[in-house]
Amino acid sequence: MPDAYCRWCGTALDVHPDLVCRRELDPPRFCPECGRRLRVKVHTAGYEAACRDHGPLPD
Amino acid sequence: MPDVPVTLTPKALVEIRERLTPQAARTAIRAAGVALLDEHRQLTLAELAELADVPDSAVPTLASLAHEVRLEWCGDTVEVEGILSAKTGGCPEDCHFCSQSAKFESPVQAMPFLDTADVLAAARETAALGATEFCIVLAIRGPDERTMDRICELVPLVQQEVGLNVAVSAGIVTEAQAKRLAEVGVHRYNHNLETAESFFENVVTTHTWAERFDTCQLVRDQGMELCCGVLLGMGESVDQRIELIGQLRALEPAEVPLNFLNPRPGTPFAGLPLTEPLEAIRWISLFRLGLPSVILRYAGGREVTLRELQALGLTSGINALIVGNYLTTLGRSPEEDLQMLSDLQMPIGALSKAI
Repeated sequence: MPDAYCRWCGTALDVHPDLVCRRELDPPRFCPECGRRLRVKVHTAGYEAACRDHGPLPD
Repeated sequence: MPDVPVTLTPKALVEIRERLTPQAARTAIRAAGVALLDEHRQLTLAELAELADVPDSAVPTLASLAHEVRLEWCGDTVEVEGILSAKTGGCPEDCHFCSQSAKFESPVQAMPFLDTADVLAAARETAALGATEFCIVLAIRGPDERTMDRICELVPLVQQEVGLNVAVSAGIVTEAQAKRLAEVGVHRYNHNLETAESFFENVVTTHTWAERFDTCQLVRDQGMELCCGVLLGMGESVDQRIELIGQLRALEPAEVPLNFLNPRPGTPFAGLPLTEPLEAIRWISLFRLGLPSVILRYAGGREVTLRELQALGLTSGINALIVGNYLTTLGRSPEEDLQMLSDLQMPIGALSKAI
């Protein structure tokens, strides 16, 4: 399923300007399905991001 | 590197300074070399201020001296550390650079204290990369009783189970708290000055620079190593950076992590430009020349600030780095950093401040 919301700024993609604002050195911060802020755990060799409603973010 | 830059290489907020002539720069750098390498004495702040004004063309020469000074005063070993945000966001303080303040609309969701299993897993991951130091970081003003209990449970556990030196960063502490942290085996306590006293009110309004300074002193008084970092690129002047070096000297930290502002969305400093790479090398060099015996660690912002020049920092005075990810942002791959150290033929090991 294509993303409905930008993972980095949380804006709905149908009104998001141009491309999603991906930053390679930032983990995703918003759920691509509902646009809510993700619970993100960052550790030395990786990170986990999960939405309260939609679960862990697939890679 | 960002796929889509937030801003298109904005011109940095560099103040217009009169630079030394190339000849005057050579003379000043030579004199600094005599002081630091032959006489084995610290530079005065006036001597440092003069070096701050060498022309861009002399920055590699300045960096070369800083490298020699680092080798002479600290050796060639590089200390590798991993850090973990064990309690993220929701911080009551308003440090204008930070995405974890509850005062700003930041994309960073507040998270409670991580489970012991998560902390241990992160420590093991850090150890597997050859690191010797692991810092548990909490986004808080200072620890309450419950937080102190959690820290005091985790520190010996990580030490015993994983065999790493454990550092802690938990904000402003009281004398009794500092004593307790020392007793449970905290190797280093991190508390940054961030910036010069004269610039601090532009960065934080919820606590004072003096409160930070006091905590740093308590840490030292209790016999823990002090890790006291700085953040460059918030609009402070050259004179204020020199002032900051003087203030660090007064605290005699074992370690100084050198951060460069990575402007965070939603924070008051979101719109500030990145420090230019050559300017970053100039200041890495000056921090080494000003603090010859300190463990000078590459910390946040180095990837976006220095880009392809990251290896150059290691030959400009840096002798430690944070490997892998930071608190809320990601680092470049640990393999790239380990390859860089191997290519530079710099061994990895634990450091403590030379006397």
